[in-house]
Amino acid sequence: MNNAPLLQCTDVRKSFPKPDGAELLVLEGMNLELREGQIVGLLGRSGSGKSTLLRLIAGLAEPSDGQLFYLGQPIVGPAAGIAMVFQSFALFPWLTVFENVALGLEAQRMPRAEIRKRSLAAIDLIGLDGFESAYPRELSGGMRQRVGFARALVVHPNILLMDEPFSALDVLTAETLRTDFLDLWAEGRMPIKGVILVTHNIEEAVLMCDRILVFGTNPGRILSEIKVSLPQPRNRLDPSFRELVENIYVEMTARPQGSASRHERFPGSGIGTALPHVSSNLLAGLMEAVAAPPFNGKADLPEIASDLQMEIDELFPVAETLQMLRFAELEGGDLKLTEAGMAFAQSALDERKRIFLRHLLTYVPLAAHVRRVLDERASHSARKSRFIDELEDFMNEEAAEQSLRAVVSWGRYAEAFAYDNENAMFSLENPT
Amino acid sequence: MKRFEPYGFLRDLASRWDVLAFIVVIGLIAFLGEASRGLFAPLSQLEVVPLSLDPARLPEYAARTTFRMLAGLGLSLVFTLTYATWAAKSERAGKLLVPILDILQSVPILGFISVTAVFFMSLAPGRVLGAEFVAIFAIFTSQAWNMAFSFYQSLRTIPTELMEAAESFRLSPWMRFWQLEVPFAMPALIWNMMMSMSGGWFFVVASEAVSVGHTTFALPGVGSYIALAIEHKNLRAIGWAIATMLIVILLYDQLLFRPLVAWVDRFRVEQEPGVRVPESWALTMMRRSRLIQAANVTFHAAVLWTSRAVKRNDAPSIDAAARPKRSLDLLWISLVAAAVVLGLWHMVAGLIADTPLQEALHVCGLALLTMLRVFGLIALASLVWVPIGVWVGMRPRAAQIVQPIAQFMAAFPANLLFPIAVYGIVAWKLNPDIYLSPLMILGTQWYILFNVIAGASAIPAEMRHVAANFRVTGWLWWRKVALPAVLPFYVTGAITASGGSWNAAIVAELASWGDTRIRARGLGSYIAEATIAGDFHQIVLGIGVMSLFVVIINRLFWRPLYYFAERRYRLT
Repeated sequence: MNNAPLLQCTDVRKSFPKPDGAELLVLEGMNLELREGQIVGLLGRSGSGKSTLLRLIAGLAEPSDGQLFYLGQPIVGPAAGIAMVFQSFALFPWLTVFENVALGLEAQRMPRAEIRKRSLAAIDLIGLDGFESAYPRELSGGMRQRVGFARALVVHPNILLMDEPFSALDVLTAETLRTDFLDLWAEGRMPIKGVILVTHNIEEAVLMCDRILVFGTNPGRILSEIKVSLPQPRNRLDPSFRELVENIYVEMTARPQGSASRHERFPGSGIGTALPHVSSNLLAGLMEAVAAPPFNGKADLPEIASDLQMEIDELFPVAETLQMLRFAELEGGDLKLTEAGMAFAQSALDERKRIFLRHLLTYVPLAAHVRRVLDERASHSARKSRFIDELEDFMNEEAAEQSLRAVVSWGRYAEAFAYDNENAMFSLENPT
Repeated sequence: MKRFEPYGFLRDLASRWDVLAFIVVIGLIAFLGEASRGLFAPLSQLEVVPLSLDPARLPEYAARTTFRMLAGLGLSLVFTLTYATWAAKSERAGKLLVPILDILQSVPILGFISVTAVFFMSLAPGRVLGAEFVAIFAIFTSQAWNMAFSFYQSLRTIPTELMEAAESFRLSPWMRFWQLEVPFAMPALIWNMMMSMSGGWFFVVASEAVSVGHTTFALPGVGSYIALAIEHKNLRAIGWAIATMLIVILLYDQLLFRPLVAWVDRFRVEQEPGVRVPESWALTMMRRSRLIQAANVTFHAAVLWTSRAVKRNDAPSIDAAARPKRSLDLLWISLVAAAVVLGLWHMVAGLIADTPLQEALHVCGLALLTMLRVFGLIALASLVWVPIGVWVGMRPRAAQIVQPIAQFMAAFPANLLFPIAVYGIVAWKLNPDIYLSPLMILGTQWYILFNVIAGASAIPAEMRHVAANFRVTGWLWWRKVALPAVLPFYVTGAITASGGSWNAAIVAELASWGDTRIRARGLGSYIAEATIAGDFHQIVLGIGVMSLFVVIINRLFWRPLYYFAERRYRLT
């Protein structure tokens, strides 16, 4: 047997050039090994570069630095033994289920009879029997993703890459599909040797993976690696399962160590911080939920996530924004409201706005900066482009736009300043 | 349940639908054979065997006109698949190719005909083929740019995940083109084809009988039939021609475009169940018929087979194209520069140097006159059709009846109706400067109507209920509800109408009835008169100035208005 691992990434780095010639780093120091019989999970939220890494492995993009090996061979393009399942299914709507599945084999110019045999076998395996002549639009989301799986399996890949394959499905369908997949995997009925699963759902990662790589953001990097040795099939209610989920929450909300990384997401200093666009309604809603019983000011993240039916991708930015505004503390997998946070949750609208205004101008440097510029100018108005230009010294255009949008929406809520979208102007006046 | 057999399609020998399909197919082949006969006869024969005003000849003329139409369409398709693909695939080439398309779109096609006529006639001197080329090329110019644009845009907007799927399953470029890119672009392409069809009919009618200087040719067809009828002041023959055209367009729509539109529905990528599946009896017939299905499957097999036959480039190719190649860039830039210099030289030496300032100013003045007409007419048509369109659009049943009629009217070549109007103007001795103008918008006003209808029927029921609930009525309702809601649609319609009207000016500002020639002062009549006189210098000058005006008006007026309407008023 070949001793080389199925897949190996060493010191992989990926950056994109920015318009001004500088580069935007999205992925750094990636080391990863996939051995036979393993499901490895890449867990992180959007922007952590996990999907980028998957595309590097798939040969759809090239690393800026470092190397990727498939069976000991460097990856220089889509490899024959690596197949991918996509988040949005990526089926060709003008091809039938059969034709969609057969496509990868057609591309390999296999004999017709062989294509037919293997396609039908894959369709059978994945439970699509009887749907061969259907067009994707006639199928439900779950069935469409089954086609996605069949299409990937039919080429008999050694490695199956899955890019959040269940996130576009409803909860029940996703669970069925996961279970079916794990059954086939456990029984060894799929022609695959290893799986890489990208997800932002912690429970999904714990349910399916043998190893979980937790990704951090800005730039994307591996925070920690967690071995999951629970026996399959796993039970979500099992205490050791819960504990593992809890641990990962703690891991993902831990304050980054060292001063260098402290400055990355919410340094609380300087205007060069990319701000997430979180609406004031969400902020208020989360504070109310945490302030209310049974949490009474302190909530366990997995609990409140399932209580509010939010995925970490949605919950984390809100929680972190609260932390940045000093309305809450994030520690050890808990979200704890500060005094100001509690006061906010218990106040009426006008008082809320006052509290919010105070914290916005104190703890969000960009908001304070906008306000200061408006105060200093005789006209009490300023163009949006002025601030965008400033921000682009620190971040790319997209992040600058998003940060300014966030500040506009918070500033409007707090009545810190007004913004006229039509003319792209900030001002201190209320619109007439 | 029966097991699906992907490649087993010929089980029954024939069904009832086969018989119908057989008749249609054989009819089509017979018509093609009839139409292409005599293509290689010497041109002189055209003058020897004169056209006849006998209505019995009209079916044959109509067949020939339709044949030209199909040929133009085929040519446009070939152009679209190559040119737009090139523009989309090569960053370098796209930078130049796309603007070229944009300018080509603004060139008045009718003025163009005379220029291309001599070229094609000289390619096949003395043969009918040259004249046929002229007509086909006119149709081509009325459709190709539009279609290429649509295809280009589709290629640029293929969802990333579909592209990645194609790449990760290692489809060859050829296979990707036919299995992903072309199918993805199909719905928009067919829709554009249908929309530019009306222009096609207009120009095929106008280009069948052309005289440039001393060279006159008239190809057998509905267009030249009507030209002859004008010469003979024969109102009855004109009536016959109009009736024939109505039938031809109806058949074209029912036999070609309805089935196509219904068929491409499956290529739409949004997988949500469609609002309403387009229906077509002709498509149903084709689908049910085993013979045509067999043809379909054969086509599919051919795509797969060629995919296999085309040499596969197994060398890994990631980002190879994306990496900038300095030397190639340099070569491309110098090529473009050379082309620009050459073009500039021709312009200066051939056109500007020979044009006295006075002449240039005169032509610009004429262009302003025509511009005044176009804008005035658009405003007038808007005043009439926007309220009517909104009224109709709010009533689904009325919309169902009016919408197809409006689309049909837009497809009908309005120049067939000109003689009737001209007859009236001559008979009552009306002022041509005013009364010839409405002809410019005769065929294009319908775009405003059916776009507004579409916009009004797209107003969500909830929005209408809100208006009713708060008793928003009268002028307030128009200002705050109806007009903003239809604005994006209206602008789209008005842009199309304006472009069409500039083109129509060339045939509308100069009209004749028998020996009487009436003329409205404007750039259109300037170009038309130059064409009759065979003065190429004036023709080119006129075309150049008109293109310039259209481009400037588009950039400075219509495009900003369009984006403004889209941004501010598009209901999503």
